[in-house]
Amino acid sequence: MQLATLLIGLISATALWSGVQAINQQARNAYDRAAATFGGTRTAVLVDRNGATFSQSIFVNLRRAGWPVSPVLEGRVQVGGRSFRLLGVEPVTLPPQVGNAPSIVRGALQSFITPPGETLVARETLSDLHLAEGTSPLTSNGTPLPPLRVQPELVPDVLVVDIGIAQHILNKAGELSHLLVGKAQGKPAPLESVVGDKLRLVQPNAETELDRLTDSFHLNLTAFGLLSFFVGLFIVNSAIGLAFEQRLPMLRTLRACGASARLLNTVLVIELVTLALVAGVAGLVCGYFIAASLLPDVAASLRGLYGAQIPGQLVLRAEWWFAGIAISVLGALAAAATSLVKALRLPVLAAAQAYAWHEAQQRWLIFQGAVALAVFGVALALLVYGNSLIAGFGLLATLMLGAALILPAILEIILKLGQRTARRPLAAWFWADSRQQLSGLSLALMALLLALAVNVGVSTMVETFSRTFVTWLNGRLSADVYISASDNAQAIAIRNWLRQRPEVLAILAGARAETHVANQPIELLGLPDHPLYRERWPLLQSAPDAWKRLLPGEAAFISEQLSRRLNLGVGDRIAIPAPGGDWTLDIAGIYADYGNPKGQLAVNIAALIRRFPDTPQTRLGLIVAPDQVPPLIAALRQQFGLDDRSVADQARVKAESLRIFNRTFAVTAALNTFTLAVAGIALLTSLLTLANSRLPQLAPLWAIGVTRPRLAAIELLKTVSVALLTALLALPLGLLVAWCLVAIVNVKAFGWRLPFHVFPLQLFELLVVAMAASLVAALLPVVRLARMQPANLVRIFANER
Amino acid sequence: MSGELKLSRRAFAGGLAGVVLSRRASAQGFAGLGETETGFAPVVPGKAFSFPADHGAHPDFRIEWWYLTANLVDTKGNACGLQWTLFRQAMQPSPQREGWANQQVWMGHAAVTRAHTHRFAEVFARGGVGQAGVEAKPFAAWIDAWVMKGSEQTRDAALAPVELKAAGPDFSYALTLEADRPVVLQGEAGFSRKSERGQASYYYSQPFFRARGSLTLDDKPVEVTGKAWMDREWSSQPLASDQTGWDWFALHLSSGDKLMLYRLRQSDGHDYPFGNWIFEDGRTRQISGADIQLKPKTPIEIAGRKLPVEWQIAIPSFGLSIACKPLNAHAWNGTGFSYWEGPISFDGSHTGVGYLEMTGY
Repeated sequence: MQLATLLIGLISATALWSGVQAINQQARNAYDRAAATFGGTRTAVLVDRNGATFSQSIFVNLRRAGWPVSPVLEGRVQVGGRSFRLLGVEPVTLPPQVGNAPSIVRGALQSFITPPGETLVARETLSDLHLAEGTSPLTSNGTPLPPLRVQPELVPDVLVVDIGIAQHILNKAGELSHLLVGKAQGKPAPLESVVGDKLRLVQPNAETELDRLTDSFHLNLTAFGLLSFFVGLFIVNSAIGLAFEQRLPMLRTLRACGASARLLNTVLVIELVTLALVAGVAGLVCGYFIAASLLPDVAASLRGLYGAQIPGQLVLRAEWWFAGIAISVLGALAAAATSLVKALRLPVLAAAQAYAWHEAQQRWLIFQGAVALAVFGVALALLVYGNSLIAGFGLLATLMLGAALILPAILEIILKLGQRTARRPLAAWFWADSRQQLSGLSLALMALLLALAVNVGVSTMVETFSRTFVTWLNGRLSADVYISASDNAQAIAIRNWLRQRPEVLAILAGARAETHVANQPIELLGLPDHPLYRERWPLLQSAPDAWKRLLPGEAAFISEQLSRRLNLGVGDRIAIPAPGGDWTLDIAGIYADYGNPKGQLAVNIAALIRRFPDTPQTRLGLIVAPDQVPPLIAALRQQFGLDDRSVADQARVKAESLRIFNRTFAVTAALNTFTLAVAGIALLTSLLTLANSRLPQLAPLWAIGVTRPRLAAIELLKTVSVALLTALLALPLGLLVAWCLVAIVNVKAFGWRLPFHVFPLQLFELLVVAMAASLVAALLPVVRLARMQPANLVRIFANER
Repeated sequence: MSGELKLSRRAFAGGLAGVVLSRRASAQGFAGLGETETGFAPVVPGKAFSFPADHGAHPDFRIEWWYLTANLVDTKGNACGLQWTLFRQAMQPSPQREGWANQQVWMGHAAVTRAHTHRFAEVFARGGVGQAGVEAKPFAAWIDAWVMKGSEQTRDAALAPVELKAAGPDFSYALTLEADRPVVLQGEAGFSRKSERGQASYYYSQPFFRARGSLTLDDKPVEVTGKAWMDREWSSQPLASDQTGWDWFALHLSSGDKLMLYRLRQSDGHDYPFGNWIFEDGRTRQISGADIQLKPKTPIEIAGRKLPVEWQIAIPSFGLSIACKPLNAHAWNGTGFSYWEGPISFDGSHTGVGYLEMTGY
């Protein structure tokens, strides 16, 4: 039994920790791949001040002035109904530190740059397209891509072709979208002397938006992993405690026979390390399966949340295995430290000294309470002064640590109060014994408290999120049918065709343009002027007549994220660079834009097109009588060859978005379940440990006439009530955690704040589950007690007292 | 990469062919220089050279180079050398395509050598967009900020005066090159045979350049003067497939005469030596292989290979017997396509300075 609990503790600790680490590592590798995709954001680049494309003669002039630049042309193409990022690069000048194109430089240059060229894709893209290597798919406007070739280093959803081929496909002959800056050979001429003020040097971003966002996700996962690991160590600690408790008489005998404390300890450590190694390996294997089963969800989460692409396959490194085993062994030793010290100092003839123990416990509780208060002080400081994501997580951590530390003190106070109310001897004993039991149970109770609080916090946040999101989605997806045409010409044809259809009640055009504000890319969203939008668009705050003011193009709505980032509110003004000069806009409203890592401004669509004439007007929303939607979509497909991605009915888009968001939190939910389970195991093992060590205390009660079933019932009542107290304390803590997640961590990580809702039913459910878990955990030792042979009790009574 | 490639000389052979054709390189002489020339313009005897047109690029031929080396001294009398090289390679035969689709790839190598330092740099460019190229009139050969450029005053027959510039991360130089004698056609009136089986190139040189300018190492500029030698060569298949490398000498004799010598090493151990004596007045006399004794001394280890940096050279018919020593034995161009290229000096029956290039080791 003790072997099993020890192993379970170590295995679950190692499994959760290493599983989470494996997922994190995998995801990080994926970002590195993404970030390194031909420069990405980790290479300095030269871009046009207005964000437009520019002539490649600038590239030549810069090269001839000693600038080590390499041209890039970027755009989007549709292939097989899916949209891809098309990246045109020039392999001969590509800076070596950009990396990522080894097979271009090693021998395949000729086939890449000479007709017909090659399209480099990730393996995932090839399978997404259901195409074989070497085929030349057509883009949506009929231009063939060069034959596909797999380049494993690439991220999915990117097509890489030679710069000249990209110019042809994107119909931008002689145009470039940016220049990658490599390492200079000599001393280049000043930038202004070559290009005037046309281009702007953007230094590499050590930490990008994407990095920060995904880091927060990983921080989240790591925090979960760490928590699980500690809960696992609680289990190990109690399992080892149990083992020592049971072996104490034997150890005493051995010491009495002359075995040295050192020898005994060495043997115990060797045994422990061996067990830790076995459990570590088993834990790693479990961790691998946890990671492998969660990875697709993590990948989906990150794809949905941040657009980060992660391959759905798990690749493990040797370091991971070593780290996992090392942490298992170290964790086991740390958990065993107190027991080992106890064994080392074991007086040869020690007797149980419960009351002295209690005295020590008082001092210990006061000390721990003081530490808890100090930790709360740190939390308060973080709340007041912290303004980074780390501070947000720090606040969470200190809050939970402080709560865990103060828990025994609070329980002690409650039990003390209870003890004062006790009149009958048995009741007095009940309270006193509960208090004495506290220090033994406290680790398990702390684990339970933390697991419950995290559960409450995260599930509240997830629930809040999905409710807010559904409301928001309803507002954002107000049209019945959405069409995304491949180009302007097709959009016009579709529009003309739709005008002839009586079932189409309104055609709402939409458009998107991109620009930069404060060195960050932002999106401009063109909104049609339609009552439906006025009714449903999710404005969080607005000026009077906000929609009217939007119409002439003098005002804009700002997304919540952008408004926080730029510290702009309703009534402020913002100037954005536009092709014809800066465009100054009054901010007339703030709207929720969940899930979008980019800042966004919503303006009137006609005004947008006046200011950004190159904006593709390919998005259409239609208001259609509901029963007419399927036939209309079928007719559109028939008429214009539109595929699933180009035409969608609102219900489907909504379902798809919801699916993505649900998967986003599937990982969190899964980990949540794991943590609760581990906390349950912790409670069980603690109770088992205690049950054995407490028999000497129970035996006298039996001896003075309390029946075994009665004793068992009292024991059960005691455990469950202590667990209930803990669970009740966990609820407010959990809500506090949820508030931190929603109002602090979320704002720091994602830029939006969610409304804070409390879901009493859910809390009650969790409470019931927790009580059921502790009941089950408490039942086993209690049943053993109830069935214990009186002879055993007699023996214990005789031996121990 | 360089380990398997054992690069060639003036073959940007080494360079570009290596980039483009490395997979086949080992089977076809070094770095693809021995590949067949299907579709490219053939090199045939009897070509009439015409300047300035032939100073420009010949894109119908597969490979071509503008190769300049200079033996210089600074104001304190310290010897130094520099190299400026532009290679062109066509990945596919004509017709020439426009813009990025153009099939020409360019490579530049620049180096500076002093007794205890050797610095080098390498750049690449695609043709068709103007990042690199060569114009015949007014003469300009460039890749990025590296240029060899004439002016209105440049005389076509002598290809002088021209300005020369290049910069690496830790060196740069700027020279003016002047010459008062016309360029010299090598081989048989510019037709330079490279094997008994007909491999050949068009080849002329300007060995009479006088150089003056400044050289900057680690931000410390010094004034330099001296002699320079430019080789111009183009071909579609300059080497036989069993020729594995070469040793090439460009010697400035203190008498004012110049001597060009090379030895093509064959995989069967036989060499193909050849020479050309260029008199001070520009007349030339070819020296047959039988008359040339090129003896490498004990090789030393450089960059993991064994290279003979010292040589004993004798040409009995000219009464020449000299011992050559490098200014810096470690003049190794560890570029993507690596080779030894550095200034040397010699004494014996004649004295002087020159440049040695060794490839394929």
